[in-house]
Amino acid sequence: MTASFLGQDYLEIRNLTVDFDGFKAVDGVDITLHQGRLHFLIGPNGAGKTTLVDALTGLVSGTGEATFRHHDLLSMRSHEIVRLGIGRTFQTASVFEQLSVLENLDIAAGLHRSALRSLRARRTVPEPVEQALDTIGLTALAHRPAGILAHGQKQWLEIGMLLVQDAQLMFLDETVAGMSGDERDETGELLKRIVADRTIVVIEHDMEFLRRYADFVTVMHTGTVLAEGSVADVQADQRVQEVYLGTATEAATHG
Amino acid sequence: MTSTATETSGPPDAAEPETSDEQPSKSLTPSLARRMSSYGSLVGIAILAFVLLVWAPSTLTSFRLGNLGRYCAMALASMGIGLAWGRGGMLVLGQGVFFGIGGYAMAMHMKLEAAGPGGVPDFMTLYGDGTMPGWWEPFRSGPFTVFAIIAMPAVVSFVLGYAILKRRVKGAYFAILTQAMAVAFSTLLVATITQTGGFNGLNSFSTFFGHNLFDPQVQKNVYRLAAGLVIVFLVILWQLYRSRYGELLLATRDGEERIRFLGYDPANVKLVAFMVAAVMASIGGALFVPIAGIISPLDVDASASIFLLAGVALGGRASLFGPVLGAIAVGYGRSTLSENFPTQWSYFLGALFILVVLLLPGGVASLWPMLRARWSSSSEPSRSSSTGDDAVESGDADRVAPAATS
Amino acid sequence: MDLLTTPFLTGTANGAILLMAALGLTLTFGQMGVINMANGEFLMVGAYMAYLTQQVLGTSGLSILIALPVAFIIAGLLGLLLEVTVIQWMYERPLDTLLATVGVALVLQQLAQDIFGAQGDPVTAPSWLGGRLSVFGYEWPHRQLFTIVLALTALGALSALLKYSSFGRQIRATVQNRQLAETLGVSTRNVDRLTFFLGSGLAGLGGVAIALISGTNPTLGTAYIIPAFLVVVVGGVGQLKGTVIAAWVVGVATAFLTDRTSGSTAQVIIFALVVIFLVIRPQGLFTVRTRSLA
Repeated sequence: MTASFLGQDYLEIRNLTVDFDGFKAVDGVDITLHQGRLHFLIGPNGAGKTTLVDALTGLVSGTGEATFRHHDLLSMRSHEIVRLGIGRTFQTASVFEQLSVLENLDIAAGLHRSALRSLRARRTVPEPVEQALDTIGLTALAHRPAGILAHGQKQWLEIGMLLVQDAQLMFLDETVAGMSGDERDETGELLKRIVADRTIVVIEHDMEFLRRYADFVTVMHTGTVLAEGSVADVQADQRVQEVYLGTATEAATHG
Repeated sequence: MTSTATETSGPPDAAEPETSDEQPSKSLTPSLARRMSSYGSLVGIAILAFVLLVWAPSTLTSFRLGNLGRYCAMALASMGIGLAWGRGGMLVLGQGVFFGIGGYAMAMHMKLEAAGPGGVPDFMTLYGDGTMPGWWEPFRSGPFTVFAIIAMPAVVSFVLGYAILKRRVKGAYFAILTQAMAVAFSTLLVATITQTGGFNGLNSFSTFFGHNLFDPQVQKNVYRLAAGLVIVFLVILWQLYRSRYGELLLATRDGEERIRFLGYDPANVKLVAFMVAAVMASIGGALFVPIAGIISPLDVDASASIFLLAGVALGGRASLFGPVLGAIAVGYGRSTLSENFPTQWSYFLGALFILVVLLLPGGVASLWPMLRARWSSSSEPSRSSSTGDDAVESGDADRVAPAATS
Repeated sequence: MDLLTTPFLTGTANGAILLMAALGLTLTFGQMGVINMANGEFLMVGAYMAYLTQQVLGTSGLSILIALPVAFIIAGLLGLLLEVTVIQWMYERPLDTLLATVGVALVLQQLAQDIFGAQGDPVTAPSWLGGRLSVFGYEWPHRQLFTIVLALTALGALSALLKYSSFGRQIRATVQNRQLAETLGVSTRNVDRLTFFLGSGLAGLGGVAIALISGTNPTLGTAYIIPAFLVVVVGGVGQLKGTVIAAWVVGVATAFLTDRTSGSTAQVIIFALVVIFLVIRPQGLFTVRTRSLA
């Protein structure tokens, strides 16, 4: 499961703290993210998962260190972080609904395009866009406005946009929430296919999805890291069962 | 590899199974209908060019032609608003400032022309001691004036836009700030009577780059210049809207944060549109002056800026033709109504804003896709067009229900 | 001495009027994201109510006191009418409310002009407001003092309402988290209407104060709407405390600058300062820090 454990790329987070006017939403977190594995970030609501990702992508300011390819992410602006090869999705699918699927991907592919070239109309479909369409399975819908896509397809389109912008590190915030069972399986398989040469962090509540696809799990609670390890390690952890897994498993089985 | 996703999860109404077996490159070529609709706009521009440049000058009286020229000058500013607001999501309530920069630059040059070499504009001896401020001097030169008409709004809009867009000031804040700018600008003009003519503004010109403005042929040519520039900028906007930058601008309008996480700085994307809009307004203002024969604070203040917006809202803020046709319609409406019912005009303008925003946020242009959809579904059900362009033009407020693709 | 006292006192009175114009804006902007450009016209309506009550009751001391509730209720009802007929259909489109209310403002101005004429009408202060108070050698008109007392009373009443009444709690809940408030059973529709009524009514009160100082005029609202909005933005949207401080600072700063330069130059400088302030601190003086994407 953790065969490709040590890739070239890794993100090292040390003592990351986000302070909202005295309330520490993230409190001294140490995590290392390695290439090639599906790293799940779980925890009850308010555990600080999304805030952690917000801090790493320049949306809120935090203190500590977060080093990726010798750059400290905490001192960079959002679009610079993206240009470094880090991408994210949001809890609510945010694709450009009035643009076609193809146009959405084309915009994601254009971040290294020169200003002059962007004044021309698009004539051909760039290679990475075509590949991404194929990978996420939306080739047949390329010219449809993204607004008509089903919920799951919008999430895949977002992942496709991360693929064409060549994100080496992806943060996926509750991507499978609200998906049907089939769609979850599709998403899991999709993530397994693309994770080989990148780092993917999945924030998730769905325990079944976690058990099937997680290579590594970090459990957060009240802004701190509660436990880390394989699915089995984490499940066996007494404290995790207390604060999280017990109730969540219940919720999953009943709901 | 062809992913299994397609097979399990296409929307029920679309995606015949065999489409996934097609070569990707084939299915990815833009459909013929889409290309036609893009070049169809060029046909529209050609028709408008014929009406404005051939039909109007040979048919209309010189009074009516002068009016039309004035609407064209204001339409240039309105088209810029369409770019900034309709496509860029920046509600610019202070375009009068840029209209005024161009207008006053041109008026200063024409005042100096009228004053003769080394002369001082008449109003300066009337209101002041007859000395001319130093910053007037360069406007004696025609080439400098033309340069200033383009460069000044570009610089001002860059500095202002950079300051406020980089700080992520947007939406209502942006709108209020631009309107405050128009209030400040017109207040400043009124307060500096010895330098800008104050409330009366600048008027009584005699020549336009050496040509006698009382000569009907010259008037006609000034009109042709204004109308010709409307056509030129329509072509420029047409290319801008179909370019990748156009798509990016639209995406920024609809999801600024999302764009940031695609690696773009949305402030830069919007700044370009804001600057182009400012330059267009300035050129419009510069052409307004020789046609109207006057520029005053009333032409550039907050109300004037809002008036420039009226045509854009009516015609359709995000469409190519909406702002220009809307501006001409509203300009014509104002002339006609205020000739016949001088006090009722405000009611019409007020009602226009309320009703358009309430009932037809996409403007008249948003009726077109509906009509076309109805027409094509009744006459040719198999070939209804893609909704991509139509959804863009209807604005973000009302999403057009998707029709089946060809 | 007078060089400091005069602009300080006059400026504080100006700030009080700005505050009454801005309170309604900050409530509706903060709570619903609605930009009500017709709020200036509610000032104008309040001013004309002062004029009308004086026409009916004469310039006795009573007429101004009666004008206050009349102006509050009439302007409030107009605000309510605006909310019900126009605003409520476009809560999802805040920028469009701006444009639609610009249209409403144009119509109201023209209406006032058709009813009362384009020229303004004077409103005479009753004798008990006609006097002056000597402050450090400056003869301070009672009318300005009255304006300040009025604004502070209105502010006190509004804060008490927001703090202690159940409607006030519902308003605050809706400002902070509309969806949560709805799930807790708050009728946000009613809260919105009441907020609009209150905010417009406060502008009506401000109009009475303006009428006492400078009489009526169909377009008097246009002079206040932009400064009032700048006050809201500088104070931090939805923040009463910030609005009060910003209104006072803008009022006093304008008076000082007017004293040193001229009225129009002062206005231009104030606008420039506000833009610079917003570039440095886009969220305004006070703000609630949240994780939202806004």
